[in-house]
Formats: sequence, structure tokens, C-alpha cells
Amino acid sequence: MSMIHNFLFIALPYVALIVFLIGTVYRYVCASYSVSSMSSQFLESKKLYWGSVPFHIGMMGVFFLHLGAFLIPKAVLAWNGEPLRLIALEITGFVFALSFLFGLIVLFIRRVATPRIRAVTTWVDIAVELLILYQVVLGCIIAANYRWGSSWFASDLSPYLWSILKLDPHIDAVIAMPHVVQAHIVGAFLLILVFPFTRLMHMLVAPFHYLLRPYQQVIWNWDRKTINSAESKWSQHRPRNN
Amino acid sequence: MDIRAQVSMVFHLDKCIGCHTCSIACKNIWTDRKGAEYMWWNNVETKPGTGYPTKWEDQEVYKGGWERKNGTIELRGAGKSKGLLNIFHNPHMPTIDDYYEPFTFKYLDLIESPEKGVQPTARPVSLITGKPIDIKMGPNWDDDLSGTPDFARKDPNFKNMTTAEAEAMFQLEKMALYYLPRICNHCLNPACAASCPSGAIYKRGEDGIVLINQDVCRAWRMCVTACPYKKSYYNWNNGKSEKCILCYPRIEAGLAPACMHSCVGRIRYLGVILYDAEKILEMASAPEHDLVEAQLNILCDPEDPEVIASAKANGIADSTIKAAQDSPTYKFVKLWNLALPLHPEYRTLPMLFYVPPLLPVMASVTQGKNEDQKKKLHEVSKVWDDKWLYDTSTEDIWGTIDEARFPLKYLASLFTSGDEDLVKGPLKKLMAVRMYRRYKTVGDLSKVRAVEALNETGLTEEDADSIYYLTTLAKFDDRFVIPASHREQALDMLDFPGDEKGGAGFGGSKPAVRGL
Repeated sequence: MSMIHNFLFIALPYVALIVFLIGTVYRYVCASYSVSSMSSQFLESKKLYWGSVPFHIGMMGVFFLHLGAFLIPKAVLAWNGEPLRLIALEITGFVFALSFLFGLIVLFIRRVATPRIRAVTTWVDIAVELLILYQVVLGCIIAANYRWGSSWFASDLSPYLWSILKLDPHIDAVIAMPHVVQAHIVGAFLLILVFPFTRLMHMLVAPFHYLLRPYQQVIWNWDRKTINSAESKWSQHRPRNN
Repeated sequence: MDIRAQVSMVFHLDKCIGCHTCSIACKNIWTDRKGAEYMWWNNVETKPGTGYPTKWEDQEVYKGGWERKNGTIELRGAGKSKGLLNIFHNPHMPTIDDYYEPFTFKYLDLIESPEKGVQPTARPVSLITGKPIDIKMGPNWDDDLSGTPDFARKDPNFKNMTTAEAEAMFQLEKMALYYLPRICNHCLNPACAASCPSGAIYKRGEDGIVLINQDVCRAWRMCVTACPYKKSYYNWNNGKSEKCILCYPRIEAGLAPACMHSCVGRIRYLGVILYDAEKILEMASAPEHDLVEAQLNILCDPEDPEVIASAKANGIADSTIKAAQDSPTYKFVKLWNLALPLHPEYRTLPMLFYVPPLLPVMASVTQGKNEDQKKKLHEVSKVWDDKWLYDTSTEDIWGTIDEARFPLKYLASLFTSGDEDLVKGPLKKLMAVRMYRRYKTVGDLSKVRAVEALNETGLTEEDADSIYYLTTLAKFDDRFVIPASHREQALDMLDFPGDEKGGAGFGGSKPAVRGL
């Protein structure tokens, strides 16, 4: 155990998680206007299709597979007990990752090469895209070189992540991992760290509640009970004070 | 019965002179910001023409509005399943090129250019990229039928007309146009509100104004597709959708919206209408030929004690009910049946009604006898060689409407989803009132004939007097009957969002700054 390990696998995760929690809540509550997916489809639509769709679908696949291995490691290990199922799971994950990577590259080229999109690009957008690119490339390398990720993630890394959440960090398993995997873990926490300061915020406001609401929403500004009471001072006449 | 109040509008198209003062008033107050330059919450189109954005009426392309399926309605291009499945890329969303790329000119070059053999020029530059561009399109590029081959001939309203009928409109002697000013219709069944995944778009209970909560909008951009009138705009800089807010800060103060206040032709009327919210779905899903009538059915008589009781139970203020009883729009729309909704087949139940234009319909063109005319003129005066005369005389009482040079089919396509008889109704009434006034003022028409014409259209002499008054003489307070809001009941309203230059016009006094 060295200083650098403590910093990367204990300090960084806690800083990242605390900043994430406070930052997202603060931005959602106090700066809600700034929370937006910042869609640029209005300025360029055709290339966006080939970038955005594979990017988001791939991202969601990869995200939920990681989440599954983290939340229900035993179920994943049990599933992987059968070699055929293990390979099926790994291939599914890898296809999602490739789709993620393909979409990201298309989006990146589009952002840099289209003058109109450059006009709505901030340095934060570029930084986030590079960070995600770093993360996805490392993920693909790991998936290809260190088999079988779904199993060792569930058995070795899930306990580490849980130990972080339980405020009793055990980093032995992480230290024993190859450097590529360690870099991937650091990248993940960096993404969580910068999350509240970027457009990634739109993940948290994904509109699933749309399915449950009625099509028309009506909002009343005034208090409907007192508006017609005798104590209400307004007359029937139109005010002429303007 | 579930009575709600709606601020509704009537635009009298015969009076519109196409001066665009309304558009400029709106632009100066609300949309002179980065990302909003291309937006015209109020715009005036020439009809026939393709409008703004180009061919917005072509729902095969834009997929706006509702469509009837199995007796009920669903959104054509958005909605819960389609909207969420297309959230990463909306295939029906218009892009900036469907409107126009906003531009300015490099005026400084005129001053700072070094001495050269040629005059310096101010080149156009894009307001998006800042780079020089060739201007391809601008607001009202097709104003007054300019560029007819590229614009007017491609008007989607010709789709139900034969080529011969459409071409007849473009013969020089028969050519006619009128203006169509458009703002957000503040619909009773707003497709934009239904399509919003975030639930940011809502209808205000007090006055029915449809607003986008800027703090909740997340740029899922479904409203841009869903609104069949393309009156929900995407701010490409701030990543938020914006639309006409009917100048609600002014309405709350009892003032007319800026576009209406500044209207030179005084074509605009604004007043409260009470409607039955329970009937929305039923009326919006009526069969196509019943849609105009269905839209009238949903509006309630403000003098009916039952309606008043239900309105009060719903928390509608007495001042609003009083305004509904004095409403000029209720008279135009329901009492006199003079005004029609724009494209009722989109099934959003728009609350902006149009009095169809009689002027381009009325006159026909005949061969005149120029020789007689020439004899009367001085020898140096210019003599027209052509023999075409603008002729409004006909023996037949409704002849000028039946033989209209502007096909009624075209007007019907805009205002009654294709029903020519329905569009004839208001035109006949307008004509009858003119005949009645002719009898009154000029006297070359007998009273019998004038009253006969009125009766045939179902109007009385009193009606004709009222229509005449409200059309031509009405003062500001007759045209705009606006109940001021009850600010004592809602502290939120004390904040005036127009106070701060550069604000988005809604959402308090915070400056609208693009997020990271």
C-alpha cells in the first residue's frame, strides 16, 4: 500500500461521491435553468443520428451491465457458471461497448468538424468527451485482454465498491489489479467527480415520469378558494393604473 | 361541467395590411437574444406562400399535431412511446435551415476599410458561426408573393386542388394574396404540452396561456415537432425551448400583448372565453367534417347561470367572468360565427380565430371599355393599354363569392379542413354587412335588398350594427377586454420578467445563461 494507492482508491472516490451528491442537488435546486441535455440537433441533424443513437444505446447497455455486476454480483456469478451464458454476456457487453465507442467517435468528429456545432461547444464539452473516450477505450482494451471481466468484476471489484459505500474501504483487490483496470477505475471516479459541472447532468433528469403523467397540465397561480370570497378586495372593474 | 377561462384571440384578416409591426414589437421585447434571433413568436405570412418555417403546414414532413385513430386521438410525431423512443434523435425535428440562418452585416468594414479602388461593402455574416455566409433565406423571404415559383406555388394548401385550379391563381390578372399573421394559438388541447417529456409545458388555469417552464425544460425538443403550427422554438444557444408567452406580464396588468397593442390595422381582438374542459378529448376527436362545429360547442355561454356557477366553483374570478361576458372574441366566434380556427384538422383546438378575408375573394376581373375612359382624360395623361378592370359589380346577390377569383377551396383548406360551405358562411355575412352599410351610408341599395341579404345569413340589423361597430369603430377597450390578474392572491406575479434586458421572458429575474 502506498500513498498513491490510498489517494486514488480511497480519497478520490470519497471526494468524487461527496462532490457528486452536493453538486447535483445544488445544481438541480438552485441552478435548474442550466440543467439541459443541450441538444444540438437543431443545428445539425443527419450526423447526429449516427452518433447519438449508437452512443446512448451503447452507453446504457454498458452502464446497466456494470450496475448489475455491482448490485447483484452473486446473481452474475451464478449466471456465468455456464460457459455459454458467460460468453453470451461478454459478447453482449462488448457489442454495447463498441456501439458506445463508435457513437462517441462520430459525435466527436461532428463536434469538431461542423462549424455550427463548434459555435455551441465549450471547453467543458471537449474535456468530458475526451474523458469518456479515455474510459471507453480502456474498457474495450480490458474486455478484450483480461477475460472474463463480468466474473472478476463481480467477485473482486464489487466488494471493493461496496466497501467504499460502507465507509470501510478495502483496496487490496484493486492494488492487485493490472494498471489498465486501475486506470479505468480512476477514470470512473473522475467522471463522477466532474458530473455536476457538465451536461452529464441530463442523465439524472431522464424523463421516465412522462409515462405516468396526463397529457395536459394545468397550473393555477392564484389561490382559487379566496379569489371569490367577499373579503377579496377586487371589484369587477378593470384597474386603470397602467 | 368543468369550466375554465381562456384568453382567446380574433384576427380580422380583411384589415391586415401586412406591415409586420406586430412582429417587430414582439422581437424587440422578447427575442433579441443570442439563440433566439431566428425566432419570430409573431410572424406575418403571405398566402399563398410556404410560410415560416418553410412549408410548416405539411404534416407529412413535420408530423405535428394530433391524428384521429380508432375514435380517439394521438400525437402524430411525438407522444409517450414515440417521444421516448426517439429521444436520442428526433427524426421529425426541423433544423435551423428550415427557418433561416440568422445573419447580420459587418458594418464596421464600411468605416475601417483602408483606401481602395472600390467601395467597401458590408458582408453578411452568420449569427451562429460568425463566418461570412451567402444568405439563402430570411424572415418573410416570400413576402407579397415574391419568388412565387419557389414559394407560393409550393404552398401545401394546394394539395387538394387540381393543378389547373392552382395555376389559375397565378395568372397575372387573377393573382391575389392576403396576409396571415400568426402567433401561438394557446390551444385548448396543446400538442406541445402533451409531447413534453419533462412536463415543462403547462396551461395556466386563470387565462389558459400555454407556457414553457424554463427551469424544467431539458431540451428533449419534442414540442418543436409536436406543435403543428411550429410555434415552439428551440433556443440553440441556451438549450431550451421557447414560445410566445402572450405577453403574460402585460395581460396580468390588464394590458394588451405587444403585438396586439401595436397593430396598425387594428385587426386584433382579445377577450376571455369560458369553455368546458370535460369536453376537450371528445371535441378534439370529432370526425373531420365536424371539427369546426365541435370547437364552437366547447365554448360556453358566459351568461348561462349554470356556466357561471361552475366557473365560480372552479375558482374563476368575478372579474374574469365579467370580462367573458363583454368579450369581443366570443361575439366574433360564437355569437356571429364570423371567425374560424386555423387548420382545425390538427385537432389542437386553437384559440386564435381568423375572420376569413373577403377582399381577395370579392372582386373579379372583366374586360373594360378603355376607349370611353380615354376620351375623358387629358391628352398628356398616362393611358393604360390593357383592358382589365377590377370589377365588383354583379347582379347576383352572392355572385362575387360564388365566382370568386380566389378559390374558396384554398380558404377552406386553411380554415375549415376543406369544407367550402363552412368558409362561405362568414364570407356571406361579411358581404351582407357591407351591403347593409351601403344602404345606410351611400343609399344606392334598397333597404329591402340589404335586409334580405342579412336575413339570409341569419343576422339581424342589430347584429349588423354591432359587427360594423366592432370591425371599424371599436376603441382600444372594446377590442381588448382583459381582466387584470389578482396579484394580491399570487405573490409570484409581482416579479416582472421583462425588467431585465436579455432575460428569456419567463422564470423570474435571473439572467438566462447557457449551462455547461
